Amino acid sequence: MTWRSRLGLGGPALVAVLLLTLPLVALLARADWGRLVSDVTGGTALPALRLSLVTTSSTAVLCLVLGTPLAWLLARSDHAGTRWLRALLTVPLVLPPVVGGVALLMTWGRTGILGQYLSPLGIEIPFTTVAVVVAETFVAMPYYVLAVEGAMRGLDPRLESVARTLGASDLRYLRTVALPLVVPGIASGLALAWARALGEFGATITFAGNFAGRTQTAPLAVYVALQEDPSVATSISIVLLTVSVIVLGLLRGRWIR
Amino acid sequence: MSADRREDPTERQRGGSHAPRGRPAAAGRGAAVGMSRRGGHRARVTRDGLQPGRRGVGGRPAAALTALVAVLLLAGCGATGSPRADASPRGGIESGSGVTGTVTVLAAASLTESFDAIAAKLERAHPGLTVEVSYGSSATLVQQVNQGAPADVVALAGEAAAKPLDPARVRSSDTFASNSLEIAVPPSNPGHVTSLTDLSGLDLKVVLCEVTVPCGKAAAATLAKATVEPHVVSREIDVKATLAKVSLGEADAAIVYHSDVVAAKGAVSGIPIPAELNTTLDYPIIRLDDEAATRVFVHAVLSPQGRATLTSLGFGPP
Repeated sequence: MTWRSRLGLGGPALVAVLLLTLPLVALLARADWGRLVSDVTGGTALPALRLSLVTTSSTAVLCLVLGTPLAWLLARSDHAGTRWLRALLTVPLVLPPVVGGVALLMTWGRTGILGQYLSPLGIEIPFTTVAVVVAETFVAMPYYVLAVEGAMRGLDPRLESVARTLGASDLRYLRTVALPLVVPGIASGLALAWARALGEFGATITFAGNFAGRTQTAPLAVYVALQEDPSVATSISIVLLTVSVIVLGLLRGRWIR
Repeated sequence: MSADRREDPTERQRGGSHAPRGRPAAAGRGAAVGMSRRGGHRARVTRDGLQPGRRGVGGRPAAALTALVAVLLLAGCGATGSPRADASPRGGIESGSGVTGTVTVLAAASLTESFDAIAAKLERAHPGLTVEVSYGSSATLVQQVNQGAPADVVALAGEAAAKPLDPARVRSSDTFASNSLEIAVPPSNPGHVTSLTDLSGLDLKVVLCEVTVPCGKAAAATLAKATVEPHVVSREIDVKATLAKVSLGEADAAIVYHSDVVAAKGAVSGIPIPAELNTTLDYPIIRLDDEAATRVFVHAVLSPQGRATLTSLGFGPP
């Protein structure tokens, strides 16, 4: 590389690296490490972290159970409508989460298009832990479906032909050939979706509200703590950061290359 | 820790004021290069494949980026480093000219409608003046100021909210309005709420402000006085978010400020809380610098016209 191209690529790359890493360094540098344990064990932090763990795991399961079949059908269809469906499914990716939260209220809320029929039956989703999972799934599932669909499209079509000539049914091919081959794609899709769900704020606070132990996830607890005691906020953030780094690191070592 | 924090804003300002000085030259060069580059770039991709930088084109994106960064820095700077102090504030108001620049205001969420109105009037009277207002919970705003947010004015819900504010940044503080609490319900009042005691109903969904923000603290004080334990489903991050849950029809009742019920213009109905149980907050407006434009804005809020705007939107006299 010439010095100009080195500068031309290296300069912006360095800016990008600083943009992404400096805030993390600042968070660690400004943390009150002496208070970390008491910050996290006292007050709202532990219930919030526990709730985050429960809801993001539920979201991951929902992605796996509902998202995998969808990704499979999307990957196998060449229908013109499929392209439109795929585009539609990616809208939650670009929708501001708060808008997503309002849209969820308009669906599941008391006056929502589904909620108005559920409410007389005594089923009210907003302000419950279920609402947190719904909000997290709404924002996270597109990541999962896109990642898994990409992996499924990457399969060698000859594998299916061979399986078919050997007499395997659609489902048997999926179970014994396709799925084992796309496990890395499923794992990275799950990791993406889980991480997105863990960081979810806007849709959750709009749709599920903020109530300690019931709908106050870790990011909400961080926001509230920031209003009075920034040290608690940084402590919870560091725990969140550590948990996500560990989980993503484990996944990377095991399945994601 | 607090000494650390106090040094922060000055450091930021120093950094901010000298950083752009060296940049305009780069900005100009970047812009010129960027213009002449069209077309050449596309040709290079097809002809040379994966050989970047053969004609040194690789250096140009960097220049363009530098230009972008410089423009952003300059824009950011223009927002804070506003006018020189040569225009006297009083002269500015009366003549309706002379005061230019940008005033950055951080204001409590409950002030949204009134400060929008006051800022619009002020900008009409002073064509060179721009007022930028950011609304949030007073607790969040105070933390932002303490972390060095480049604000000129901060207006808070209640004197208590101002206590954690770094005293080194405060230049002046005046009380400009007062506000008291009210129960907000959807216009159809599905929960049949008529008083504070109704809020303890178990089938009722009550939304309050989070206890860290002023409306939540005030609501807690009032509920304690009334010895009512409401059935709370959510504690929202500021008063407007609390109100929204009621105006969307998802909650049966919320405790908000009287001014929010007025500002909602029929989207919610207000149920008064008796004075002996109510909590009244005095709103301070705090100047963080001595710029002429800053003084003009604070003066406008404290002026009879400013007070009239606040009164028409449900605020009481200070």
